Amino acid sequence: MTQLALVIDLNVCVGCHACVTNCKEWNTSGPAGPLVDQNPYGKNPTGTFFNRVQTFEIGEFPHTETLHFPKSCLHCEDPPCVPVCPTGASYKRKEDGIVLVDYDKCIGCKYCSWACPYGAREFDEEQKVMKKCTLCVDRIYDERLSAEERRPACVRACPTRARLFGDIHDPHSEVSVAIRENGGYPLMPEWGTQPANHYLPRRKTRLRLREDEIERADNPLKIDRELPQPGKTEPTLDDVTSW
Amino acid sequence: MHPAFSVIFLTTLIGVGQGFFLALFTVESYAAFGLLPAQDGSYYGTGSLLALAFLIAGLIASFFHLGRPERAWRAATRWRTSWLSREVIVLPAFMATLSLYGAAHLWDFNADLGLLPSGVPVKLTFVLGVLATLFAFLLFICTGMIYACLRFLREWHTPLTVINYILLGGASGFLLASVHAAFSAPVLLPFLVGWTLILLVLAFVGRVASLIRNRRLKPKSTLQSAIGVKHPKIVQKTQGAMGGSFNTREFFHGQPASLLRSVRWLFLLLVFAIPAPLLLLVLSGEVSVDLLLLAFVVQYVGLLFERWFFFAQANHPQNLYYQSVA
Repeated sequence: MTQLALVIDLNVCVGCHACVTNCKEWNTSGPAGPLVDQNPYGKNPTGTFFNRVQTFEIGEFPHTETLHFPKSCLHCEDPPCVPVCPTGASYKRKEDGIVLVDYDKCIGCKYCSWACPYGAREFDEEQKVMKKCTLCVDRIYDERLSAEERRPACVRACPTRARLFGDIHDPHSEVSVAIRENGGYPLMPEWGTQPANHYLPRRKTRLRLREDEIERADNPLKIDRELPQPGKTEPTLDDVTSW
Repeated sequence: MHPAFSVIFLTTLIGVGQGFFLALFTVESYAAFGLLPAQDGSYYGTGSLLALAFLIAGLIASFFHLGRPERAWRAATRWRTSWLSREVIVLPAFMATLSLYGAAHLWDFNADLGLLPSGVPVKLTFVLGVLATLFAFLLFICTGMIYACLRFLREWHTPLTVINYILLGGASGFLLASVHAAFSAPVLLPFLVGWTLILLVLAFVGRVASLIRNRRLKPKSTLQSAIGVKHPKIVQKTQGAMGGSFNTREFFHGQPASLLRSVRWLFLLLVFAIPAPLLLLVLSGEVSVDLLLLAFVVQYVGLLFERWFFFAQANHPQNLYYQSVA
């Protein structure tokens, strides 16, 4: 079984919002119709996005660290938003594990958004249906695109390659290796939703050297001090040996 | 959560309708065994119509909650997994059975279908009534479970949610049945008002129990588990939008905590504290339609506040991601 997912490397994300804008561009131009933007040039612009980048400050000055945190649907393996849908508009694809909304069946009751602990779903105030990240399902299977382009828009846009895309059920895929080897973790594991998307933590490269590793503790020069210098009148090695 | 008025009216109105029908059928059952004076068909007929009116009003209110009401019929398809879908099926089923029950009484289409061993005749309305009672309780369970099944909303994720929907709906329905009886069959008043009081006390115990429970809840999710960073001090700086989003509108009530506390006292006063002495007054012999009507209206307004509080109190874990803009 396949489970497509994103792996987001928080160590590399610089919070540039390129994934947000490229996601919006691709998905607002797609066959499902525009993603609404309300009051775009007014005082309080708002609209529907599949992806948001949030920023958190960890710690207290001067020991602070800024964390940019891209957040989209996690395509849970046990999605709580799917069984609550009364119409079946919200569903999880068997073949690749993508959680989708059928915009033609959705009645806009918003119950699925209540059932998502991550706030990953956003209601479209114009089409009056629930919308969410599709992992660019209209793009990743499009044979007319080159293999390189058959990836979600956000992954393509990321300038630091903080976003990886692939099948987390394939142990040899790029994403599985990244999760396994770089400490990938799911969000809010306490709810048992088994999010498919994983996050790689901030990682610091620190040299952990002890004093005695920098300077050899058992250096014979240290133990015996300087070797005794032979006197000027003493015979040299050359004098006493014949080659 | 942001309390939606459509849902507040839906849940309170159908609660009254269900409770009212249960009161009618309680009276009919008692009367069948000679424990209460028998009533004619018009008593049950008008009562069913009134209950139906409340259910229809609730159904209409529910449509305002939908973004695409023209597709509402689709909501009946996922009854295997969704409590909302089950409610969508049970509500019309209950309304249909209730209509048949009322019609059978109004037009006196009420044949004896058989005899119980004790010699009490089983009438058609009795069979319809048992069926409608089943649907009424199923509807209470569906409505309650819509909220109680969401495990992330821990304020709702308790059997008390379903119990309180049943008890509050029952109390308000029996109170409306008392008002109705004051017009059409005053002889039933001591019985109905007495049961209203009993339900009111039970509902008070249940609601206060849920208030105490929710007060002691500790959030399961924290900002640490939400973003996966182990540090006691994490502050949100941006949330990806300056002008708000669906996430900031749907999951916040947007009111200060002091207002929430005031609403809590207000609904305890209106739902329980004011109607109870009025009902006691009626029970002690001061039979007055105005008094009962006042008690019902005050309690219904209180129930609107109660439901508002029910929604506003629920704290969704997604709010962890939407704490500040800048």
